[in-house]
Amino acid sequence: MQTDHSTTSHGHEGFPWKHVIGFILSLILTVAALWIVVSLSLSVTLTITFILILAIFQVLVQLLFFMHITEHEGAYQIIAIFFGIFLAAVFVYGSIWIIY
Amino acid sequence: MSNIKDYLLHDFFVTGEPMIYMADVSIVLVTIAIVVVLTYFKKWKWLWKDWLTTVDHKKIGIMYILAALAMLFRGGIDALLMRVQLSAPNLHFLDAQHYNEIFTTHGTIMILFMAMPFLIGLINVAMPLQIGARDVAFPYLNAISFWLFFVGAMLFNLSFVIGGSPDAGWTSYTPLAEKSLDPGVGENYYLLGLQLAGIGTLASGVNFAVTIIKMRAPGMTLMRMPMFTWSTLITSIIIVFAFPVLTVALAMLTIDRVFGGHFFTATAGGEPMMWANLFWIWGHPEVYIVILPAFGIFSDIISTFSGKKLFGYNVMVYSMVAISVLSFLVWVHHFFTMGSGAAVNSVFGISTMAISIPTGVKIFNWLLTMYRSRIKFTVANLWSLAFIPNFVIGGITGVMLAVAAADYQYHNSYFLIAHFHNVLIAGTVFSCFAGLTYWWPKMFGHVLNERLGKWTFWIFVIGYNICFLPQYWLGFMGMTRRTYTYASGLGWMPLNVISTVGGFLMGIGFIIMVYNIYYSARYGERDTTGDPWDGRTLEWATTSPAAEYNFATVPEVEDIDAFYDMKKKNKVKEWLNKPIKDIHMPNNSGRPIIMAGFFFVAGFGLTFEWIWLAIAGLVGVFITMVLRSFEIDNGHHIHKEEVERTEREAGRIS
Repeated sequence: MQTDHSTTSHGHEGFPWKHVIGFILSLILTVAALWIVVSLSLSVTLTITFILILAIFQVLVQLLFFMHITEHEGAYQIIAIFFGIFLAAVFVYGSIWIIY
Repeated sequence: MSNIKDYLLHDFFVTGEPMIYMADVSIVLVTIAIVVVLTYFKKWKWLWKDWLTTVDHKKIGIMYILAALAMLFRGGIDALLMRVQLSAPNLHFLDAQHYNEIFTTHGTIMILFMAMPFLIGLINVAMPLQIGARDVAFPYLNAISFWLFFVGAMLFNLSFVIGGSPDAGWTSYTPLAEKSLDPGVGENYYLLGLQLAGIGTLASGVNFAVTIIKMRAPGMTLMRMPMFTWSTLITSIIIVFAFPVLTVALAMLTIDRVFGGHFFTATAGGEPMMWANLFWIWGHPEVYIVILPAFGIFSDIISTFSGKKLFGYNVMVYSMVAISVLSFLVWVHHFFTMGSGAAVNSVFGISTMAISIPTGVKIFNWLLTMYRSRIKFTVANLWSLAFIPNFVIGGITGVMLAVAAADYQYHNSYFLIAHFHNVLIAGTVFSCFAGLTYWWPKMFGHVLNERLGKWTFWIFVIGYNICFLPQYWLGFMGMTRRTYTYASGLGWMPLNVISTVGGFLMGIGFIIMVYNIYYSARYGERDTTGDPWDGRTLEWATTSPAAEYNFATVPEVEDIDAFYDMKKKNKVKEWLNKPIKDIHMPNNSGRPIIMAGFFFVAGFGLTFEWIWLAIAGLVGVFITMVLRSFEIDNGHHIHKEEVERTEREAGRIS
């Protein structure tokens, strides 16, 4: 419950390789998405398919390298992730249903 | 040279409006006055060390509230100008363009730069104290949140003297808000001002949620938290899931306007209706972001001044959890008339009616809390009591609007205007005033004068009803929102005059409130006990104002209404006399305000489409972030002797 502040200021052990690798991976995935859209003249369907695949990898990189998804603590994370997935589905399918 | 002069007079500065010149003069005079006063009293160092660089949640909360009051003044002036313009047919007090700008800034400022920061300010002041914590989970981030909100608000407000104000409504619907139909920098100000403030709010949401989940005093289980803390937790979760949608939508429209994109254009494959869709995916949860903390404030105040535990605590919690989910499922009711078809409108009409159920449940919780109790009619409680009937009127007209078929009649009329002012003023604004009065002693160590407070209350509440009730009828008579004037034969003038009188009464109420703040600072009753209201929750267990470290020793919680429980079991003395240890606290930092300054530069650059300036600003932001990453900041300790001295001076230990 109450966290003592003095325990929260411990430093990282050694060089933060995990963060550097995650950062580079997320940069590569972003640039690749931009490159597919700007430089390749694929059909719209193919373009969207490719950037969606890259987006999924991007989500995984963010969750694994930066957001400590593997460090379990209580049910908060699970509930939050599922609520997020639920809302994303509502927003996407809802928007398609409403507009098209 | 003449080119530069030409540019400055025609494009950069807003010229040709006497009222704008008056504003220019007053801005310059106020700035000079502030600088002179600070220099004369040698207060610059005090300002920097004690306030601008602070990471103390209570001080950040106070700064949020001060900024919100200033924005309430600005938004209120906008409102009064509109009411004057509408008080008679065919008036030319404001021209059409000026009127468009004023209703746009009124709406945007009141929601994003008044209601939200006011509530976030009250959360900052009270929530960590209510859970017995020493600060929020990320104090440095909290300072960044505040300064981002502040520069966002300043950037937005700059628009009326430099470059011209946004004029596409607070919803900024495309294609009207697109460059081809709305050239100039006005809409850019909207996009960038909201973007900066929005990032700050998102960070606040994360910060509050982590604080409540991780930093509660021992023994305070989730189901023992004060209702205001619960409402903050639910609000934070909604912020975290809703605000990214706004961030993305604003970024897309910025790309359209500044870089020639086509997300929302009517040509080149864009989809203008998608803006309305995305805006309300964020916009409806936003409504609950500004109303749930209000419910929390009323719950705590009603329970305190009824001298009773909140009736149906568990039901209240469950209904808020239900609202947090349902608030994301109703957004289409803001644009039934866009023509999405019967099936879509029916589903969202029904989900809207469903969300009124958990809201209605709460009304009974408050009523039954008061049932058979000895109600104390203090100013804070008066606002809470007035909230119930006034909010119910707004709620019921809301259910009327939820009937999709009937909405075709009400849509965009003054009926709608009356409805949402009825919920937002009776809900959010009353709660802000109630919370301000309730927690004022905790912030400044003295109570606000009750007699002046009652004057404000009665004048404001009566004025508010005189102002907005006639607007329901005006809506039925066919008056549409955002019309800048009307013909004389329509018979709208009498009700409009009544409405304007009400608006000015609210203004008078506000002036009395500001005078009350001055009066009480000089003559107000000092609060030496720390518990002026016979409070029930932990913020009343510490001194008024609370010391930097909040609690000398962390309280232990055994029941709902922890402090009341402590008082009842005669455990307060025992708790105060517990041995005091060194207290670890975060360090102040000047970097948040500097980083926000760079954000402001970047925002201003993008607004004027000076890309070099935007890049320079963003480089500055990046450098401040890098510097933070390489900083070793372990905070500092307040020594035991110092804590003991402070507590002794407050008369809490002998």
